[in-house]
Amino acid sequence: MSQQSKINAPKSVSGPVTWLDDRTGLANLANKKFLRKVFPDHWSFMLGEIALWSFVILLLTGVFLTFWFKPSMAEVEYHGSYELLRGLHMSDAYSSTLDISFDVRAGLLMRQVHHWAAILFIAAMMVHMLRILFTGAFRKPREINYVIGSLLLMLGILEGFAGYSLPDDLLSGTGLRIAEGLIRSVPVVGTYTSFFAFGGEFPGDDMIPRLYMLHILLIPGLLIALVTAHLVLLYYHKHTQWPGPGRTNRNVVGEPFLPIYTAKAGGFFFIIFGVTSLMGALLQINPVWKYGPYNPSEVTAGSQPDWYMGIAEGLLRIMPGWETEVFGYTLSWNVLLPGVVAPGVLFTIALLYPFIEQWITGDKREHHLLQRPRNAPSRTAFIVSLMTVYGLLWFAGGNDIIALKFDLDLNWITRFMRVLIFIGPPIAFIITKRICLGLQRADRERALHGFETGIIMRAPSGEYTERHAPLSSTETWKLVSHEQYDRPELEPAVDENGVANPASRRSRLRSKVWAFWYDDDVTNVSREELEEAHSHTDGHHRAEGTEVEGADEPSELEPKH
Amino acid sequence: MRLLSARLSARRRHPLAGLVVLLLGLGIAGGLYATVAPKPAEANAAQQELVADGRKLFLVGCASCHGKNAEGIMNASGSQQGPPLIGVGAAAVDFQVSTGRMPMAQTGAQAPRKDPLYTDEQTEALAAFVASLGPGPAIPAAEDYDYEDATEEEIVRGGELWRTNCTACHNFNASGGALPDGKYAPSLVGVDAKHMYEAMQIGPQQMPVFSDNVMTPEDKRNVIAYVKHLEQQDQPNPGGFALGSLGPVSEGLFGWIVGIGGLVIVTVWITGHGARVKK
Ligand code: HEC
Ligand code: HEC
Ligand code: HEM
Repeated sequence: MSQQSKINAPKSVSGPVTWLDDRTGLANLANKKFLRKVFPDHWSFMLGEIALWSFVILLLTGVFLTFWFKPSMAEVEYHGSYELLRGLHMSDAYSSTLDISFDVRAGLLMRQVHHWAAILFIAAMMVHMLRILFTGAFRKPREINYVIGSLLLMLGILEGFAGYSLPDDLLSGTGLRIAEGLIRSVPVVGTYTSFFAFGGEFPGDDMIPRLYMLHILLIPGLLIALVTAHLVLLYYHKHTQWPGPGRTNRNVVGEPFLPIYTAKAGGFFFIIFGVTSLMGALLQINPVWKYGPYNPSEVTAGSQPDWYMGIAEGLLRIMPGWETEVFGYTLSWNVLLPGVVAPGVLFTIALLYPFIEQWITGDKREHHLLQRPRNAPSRTAFIVSLMTVYGLLWFAGGNDIIALKFDLDLNWITRFMRVLIFIGPPIAFIITKRICLGLQRADRERALHGFETGIIMRAPSGEYTERHAPLSSTETWKLVSHEQYDRPELEPAVDENGVANPASRRSRLRSKVWAFWYDDDVTNVSREELEEAHSHTDGHHRAEGTEVEGADEPSELEPKH
Repeated sequence: MRLLSARLSARRRHPLAGLVVLLLGLGIAGGLYATVAPKPAEANAAQQELVADGRKLFLVGCASCHGKNAEGIMNASGSQQGPPLIGVGAAAVDFQVSTGRMPMAQTGAQAPRKDPLYTDEQTEALAAFVASLGPGPAIPAAEDYDYEDATEEEIVRGGELWRTNCTACHNFNASGGALPDGKYAPSLVGVDAKHMYEAMQIGPQQMPVFSDNVMTPEDKRNVIAYVKHLEQQDQPNPGGFALGSLGPVSEGLFGWIVGIGGLVIVTVWITGHGARVKK
């Protein structure tokens, strides 16, 4: 390819290109193996890319903002062009944010694009993570990359929180005040940590400069390093793919990185840039001039964090006000549990999920083919129940807005949520699992008996049946190729020397968890079953009816139509 | 532009015409005043009449809940059918009746604003009647709440007072907010300056009273000026569509629905089209 262009290009182009190529060997790179890497094509594989490109937009717009933003809490008098605050005393940080909004050309646009991109960045990471979880893409060898991804999500949230706190408006300060409360609620070290973090009593003068350092240096640096590691590992492992003919655990079917994939990805960048720019231009976000400068004695209705902190807000809002006094010190369960413990537990579950599942299955093999969510019913149901917790807490975090807009009673929303947060997730689990099992049965039925043709046949005896036609091998493959796990063997209670075996109890626990997780799964179609079914359909033009099913299926698995 | 000036010149009158009209107007007004203006005794009589009218209206429309002498009525359950109105003042009646809150249509957590049921004269009569029962805040005069000529400094001061005293319930943009037990602080967009002033004077329902020694009349006017300017500032809104001015909740909703929703549709489209379409 590069040879071709060298011959055809006019001298003016080929000259510098050859010069560069001679020194760097770039043209050769195009033929190199790593640029010929192949990427499979599915919409859900592009969710991570939304996150990647919004991160790039954040870097670009963020650098623009740094030119004018003054990370200082020194008090100044505002003399910019926003009349309703003119002459007011405020921090340099807030005043410079007003300047960016009203006096810097394109400043407000950049602020809004930056903020919308931040919202999208974290949302995209989250849907990307859901895709990984639902399809089993976290399984060996990709566990490390999964952990890196989770850390990216957590750092992204921290980064967003730091950014939200920078303008030093009323919402910034209210958010930081809550963060301070969370830190202080930790027994023993809380107060010291808070004094350390804020450089003394809240709010102090150090808060904004420190957050600024975190926001533009430390966390972005970590993010860039982790994103790089994430992508390198992706390259190294190759992308996963959906099962299909010719797709195995040892190959990847898709488009070469260069040129097709890069062209698509590049185009996608511009689409995302376009969408965030449009949102920045048309939809107002964080109108700091209306909130006013931070003042610890003020507060406003509608004080909420950005959406990604919403669950922390929700947890705080539904928690009853429990406190205990120990040796004259107050233990604030009402802040500690929802503010520190619960988010920690949720995040740890998310972070460790691949290892938890591996422990249950005992599966140590590599997987490069994705699972359809229905083929892992308990996992899918578990994720949906986590999503339910998340959604409910989100809802609880916006309880006042919901009460206002839907004419509901604030206190009843809170009471309702306190109950729902415990019974909602199990209900979601059961419903999702049933749906998955139903889909599995339908798949099994389709694989064995083909699809319904809509042709009604009448037998000489007068019986009516619908004719089924066999599926193509491609389709059948999609339905039957997934693996299932056997129940792990129990360790003997005593080892060969007759000594009690400590592994035994663990293995029994594991076996029990396994049973809960996999016992209900609909047994996959075996090769024999498939051949048997096909010999029926192929041989005679006999309508598929109840006979075949009844003959070789355990009756409870097969609902009749 | 040219059209306008053409029309203006066609109507141009004698330079003294304005002065003549003014003098004429003053003459007529002066004459009318001399004949109509009440003498002190007459004023008293007029007032008595107003109170009597008000009492009649009150007996028909309000007494069922507030009692014949506005002494208040307790339900069997011990809750109030309507609170006593002795000493609430004319301002309270004017506020409650001309914002349509009273007469209350049905019992609920809070009497909502609706179209007023009484004319201005009837409202005045009702107010006069209730005011005659006991001293309370009077209806403010127009210059009390006239915010048009507030200086920039006063507006900014009003903003500070607004953020310190009001946003906790009414939201930073006066979009309203929820309160415990199904109550709410309403949106103040489009509320009359007079009603704003009265609300601060009387503190309806959950709202605290901002009496004159808590917040001076000038400061009340400054707050009104700020809220009114906030409304005008929004045309057009800097930064685009304000998403209801409810803060980050509606922003997050838009981010997910418009942003992520839109982009997911794009991913489906991209992978479905392009270099190599299968199927
Ligand atoms: C259906 C019953 C009902 C009727 C009819 C009614 N009110 Fe009320 N009124 C109430 C209740 C209940 C309250 C207290 C709760 C509230 O303010 O929403 C109240 C409050 C008031 C207040 C405020 C009292 C304060 O402390 O500030 C005024 C003034 C008032 N009513 C005047 C009137 C007038 C004038 C009428 C007749 C035009 C009227 N009401 C008709 C039930 C009623
Ligand atoms: C504790 C919460 C609270 C605070 C603080 C508060 N309000 Fe209110 N406000 C309310 C409630 C509740 C109502 C509705 C009363 C009703 O409907 O009877 C209200 C009603 C009003 C109304 C009438 C709106 C209408 O629709 O007619 C105005 C105007 C108003 N408030 C202005 C203010 C101003 C100005 C301040 C600050 C000086 C303020 N409020 C502070 C709770 C509050
Ligand atoms: C991972 C990425 C990032 C996220 C999630 C993020 C998020 C945010 C948010 C939510 C704000 C508040 C904006 C507002 O005023 O409404 C903000 C402000 C800011 N960000 Fe970022 N940001 C990121 C990266 C960066 C980078 C890389 C830089 C600079 C190199 C930067 C520079 C700034 C500056 C200077 C401000 C304050 C100016 C202002 O508020 O107007 N950001 N950021």
